[in-house]
Amino acid sequence: MTAQTTSITQLSADDLTAPPLSLWQLAWLRFRRHKLAVFGCVTLVLLLLYSFGGAFVRTEAYANFNDTSRRLEPPSSEHLFGTDSIGRDILARTIYGGQISLFIGFVAVFIETILGILVGALAGYYGGKLDAFLMRIAEALLSIPTILLLLVMAKFFGGKIPEIHIAGRTFSGSVIVIIAIIGATSWMYLARIVRAEFLSLKENEFILAARATGTSNFQIIFYHILPNTFAPIIVSSTLSVANAILAEAYISFLGLGVQPPTATWGNMLESSAKYLDSAPWLWFFPGMLILLTVLSINFIGDGMRDALDPRSRAI
Amino acid sequence: MSDSTPLVEVKDLKKHFPVTRGIILQRKVGIVRAVDGVSFSIQRGETLGMVGESGCGKTTAGRTMLGLYPATSGSVTIDGEDILHARGKDQLAIRRKAQIIFQDPYASLNPRWSVNSIVSEPMRVHGLFASQKERAERAKDLLGLVGLSPHLLNRFPHEFSGGQRQRIGIARALASDPLFIVCDEPISALDVSIQAQVVNLLEKLQDQFGLTYLFVAHDLSMVRHICDRVAVMYLGIIVEVADRNELYEKPLHPYTQALLSAVPVPDPRKERERKRTILTGDVPSPINPPSGCRFHPRCPIAVERCKKETPEWREAAPGHWAACHLANG
Amino acid sequence: MTSLLQVSGLRTRFHTPEGIVHAVNGISFHVNEGETVAVVGESGCGKSVSMMSLLGLIPTPPGEIVSGTAVFRGNDLFKKSEKELEDTRGREIAMIFQDPMTSLNPVLTVERQLIESLRVHLGFTKEQAQTRAVELLEQVGIPDAKRRVKDYPHQFSGGMRQRVMIAMSLSCAPSLLIADEPTTALDVTIQAQIVELVTRIRDSLHTAVIWITHDLGVVAGIADRVIVMYAGFIVEEANVDDLYDSPGHPYTVSLLAALPRVDRRRDQRLKSIPGAPPNMLIEPRGCPFAPRCEFALEKCRQKNPLLTQVGPNHTAACWVNPKTGALR
Repeated sequence: MTAQTTSITQLSADDLTAPPLSLWQLAWLRFRRHKLAVFGCVTLVLLLLYSFGGAFVRTEAYANFNDTSRRLEPPSSEHLFGTDSIGRDILARTIYGGQISLFIGFVAVFIETILGILVGALAGYYGGKLDAFLMRIAEALLSIPTILLLLVMAKFFGGKIPEIHIAGRTFSGSVIVIIAIIGATSWMYLARIVRAEFLSLKENEFILAARATGTSNFQIIFYHILPNTFAPIIVSSTLSVANAILAEAYISFLGLGVQPPTATWGNMLESSAKYLDSAPWLWFFPGMLILLTVLSINFIGDGMRDALDPRSRAI
Repeated sequence: MSDSTPLVEVKDLKKHFPVTRGIILQRKVGIVRAVDGVSFSIQRGETLGMVGESGCGKTTAGRTMLGLYPATSGSVTIDGEDILHARGKDQLAIRRKAQIIFQDPYASLNPRWSVNSIVSEPMRVHGLFASQKERAERAKDLLGLVGLSPHLLNRFPHEFSGGQRQRIGIARALASDPLFIVCDEPISALDVSIQAQVVNLLEKLQDQFGLTYLFVAHDLSMVRHICDRVAVMYLGIIVEVADRNELYEKPLHPYTQALLSAVPVPDPRKERERKRTILTGDVPSPINPPSGCRFHPRCPIAVERCKKETPEWREAAPGHWAACHLANG
Repeated sequence: MTSLLQVSGLRTRFHTPEGIVHAVNGISFHVNEGETVAVVGESGCGKSVSMMSLLGLIPTPPGEIVSGTAVFRGNDLFKKSEKELEDTRGREIAMIFQDPMTSLNPVLTVERQLIESLRVHLGFTKEQAQTRAVELLEQVGIPDAKRRVKDYPHQFSGGMRQRVMIAMSLSCAPSLLIADEPTTALDVTIQAQIVELVTRIRDSLHTAVIWITHDLGVVAGIADRVIVMYAGFIVEEANVDDLYDSPGHPYTVSLLAALPRVDRRRDQRLKSIPGAPPNMLIEPRGCPFAPRCEFALEKCRQKNPLLTQVGPNHTAACWVNPKTGALR
């Protein structure tokens, strides 16, 4: 067969029916209309700036410096957010605690996403016994209350991992443990979503066309089907970040999470438990930061759900 | 190459789907005999039409013969090679020779891929050109060939209309220089004015490259127009095969007769005079097909024998085969 | 003959984020008592939207009926209140759709759905309605109606479901039945059954029928009069014989030429219509078919032709006579 362009009736003016926008551009246009989502984006950027930019204003040593003579001081011009039970500056601790909390949120979700995609893709694409096996595991894990699972694992692994040093800073090994635990206990929902997407997408004719031409299963899974599941994955993962931050807060609040002196918003709340009435600034600031983060991420997630909805053709 | 050997030979192809209940302990509760022993051959450069009502197994037959669904039994050879039993490199080599075009122009193109990626995929899989650039050049040529402007190469499927998408699907099917293309209801989802464009394009390409088609469709008028020979399927089996004019003018099987009489003709005077054989009831379930001749419960002329004996597949006139006790050529 | 329905200057559009979709652009037509009118056109030509507009079934927003009157038995449908329109819809004008599943409630038995309409619109008692429901199913040819009336919609096959739909639409003996592509999703053998059924009912009940379709074959067998639509305009209207014998609009001419025939040997390639239907976001200047028309002249691109008489009871909206290729 020779590849010659023969003159046959070209379509009149090649007029296309839709504007030349990629699916991502369309999604962005729709996302922008979602006011709460835009508000969430702005808030989240400010929170990231606060936690990571704040490090240029206050050093970590300052955050961990305790002046027992100035315990439980209310907010003042010197300590804007006040001081805690051993005289540390709460403003500086929320900055460094935020880094850890956000870090845990994002990395745990990264792990969750990888696990969820792998399990969901394999189960959905191959089906049959493999599917049954993987989904039974997921269901078994889902049927145990997450908080219980988190606590048992935190208790079991807690303190078994030594401190780690990254970029000249020292982290409690418990950070790694918490990330691993949150990642390992939250992938099931995503796996189910991905599996359902794969189940319906693999019946599509473009997959049959790829198989007819001899495309390998690996390529079909990762190049053909996976990109089409990005929308629900992104939405689910975004919302999971909020859940992971909350999960860290729960465990830390119960004293099983990240161990002091490494601060997180969660363990700051824990240490404020005894002073709920007498020193409300201890829990107010970290609590507000958790609330703002979780809310803004949820708004972004909602916005993305609408923006990435494949059924919606409108801009 | 000798022209007497058919390019495509399908022998006793069967595709049964198990019907299962239960999630963990799956039990088989029945078998859908979607394709239940189908044999036919297609000559080089020929178009064989495959018609029948929905659920008769025509689409499953077309897909199973390319190995898209694992066949229950039977064999399919394309250009002398067995496509169903080959593995690895051999299978890839045969796949290059056989391609497929689908019905739904919206589901048959990956919405996340550009036209370039879609059309180049078969070339990439079969390692046809050295570089991506050469493949893109070839993809541009293919777009021209199917009547789309080459500068649309980097656009995405959602920007195209149904007819244009169908052209992209055809360009993809041509990309691996196939000998044989299964056209799986390629025009059913298109508007009347666009159907003719696509059909004419398929014919032009056939003339130009000597392609062989299996044209699966339910539109009997279009099948008469585009096909050289026509096979009629009912409940998983072929009940009649003949050259198109023979089949449309002298149908032997009562099912073919009923099917043809149901097709409306765009001519009001003729329509008023036409006598229709209106079949009663629906197509029975392929899970437990009727005994004897599968058509007997709906057949207007069935006799006692039809309920018991499976009619034999015989040549009633040269090249005209039918499976009916009462059909005499 | 008196005209049952008289539509004038109907204009419907949709406000979408991409712009205004000009779905129906000022159409006028009438339907006589007991007559079958086919509305033919490709997807997006406005054939369904115009009929839905009449029945107040267009969601507003995004839809908007910009102008027009639709006089049905002396009353303008557009001036009726929601309540009155609902009553007309159930009792006097019935509609059946391509996918019967969308208009049947999947969680109620067919009997419940039939009875409801009978009791609301005709004030039947429960026992009367039950008897009538079985009669209706028998009338549309559902075997074993007594038993099947207790079944749910999903227990019927596609063709049988369409029959149930027809039975429901007939429950109040409407004077107008609007059928929106009722056979498009069905196989030819089932299509023939449904066409036969509707014809039989039309003749026995003297119901007028508007049959919306894209299939010129079905039209030939069922219609008395045909309306051809393109891009939201009526481009031709004629008695069925005249339309097929001497189509007056190039679009109709091309559509007929693009159809293969089951009853004829193939002689040549099909004549295809180049290009694609127009983008309805842009209000056309000139004739909407001009870009695809083989007869198009300069005038066609400038000014949109109005429907004009081209024969007895035969109108077409075209500057050119497709028989000669010259201006009319």
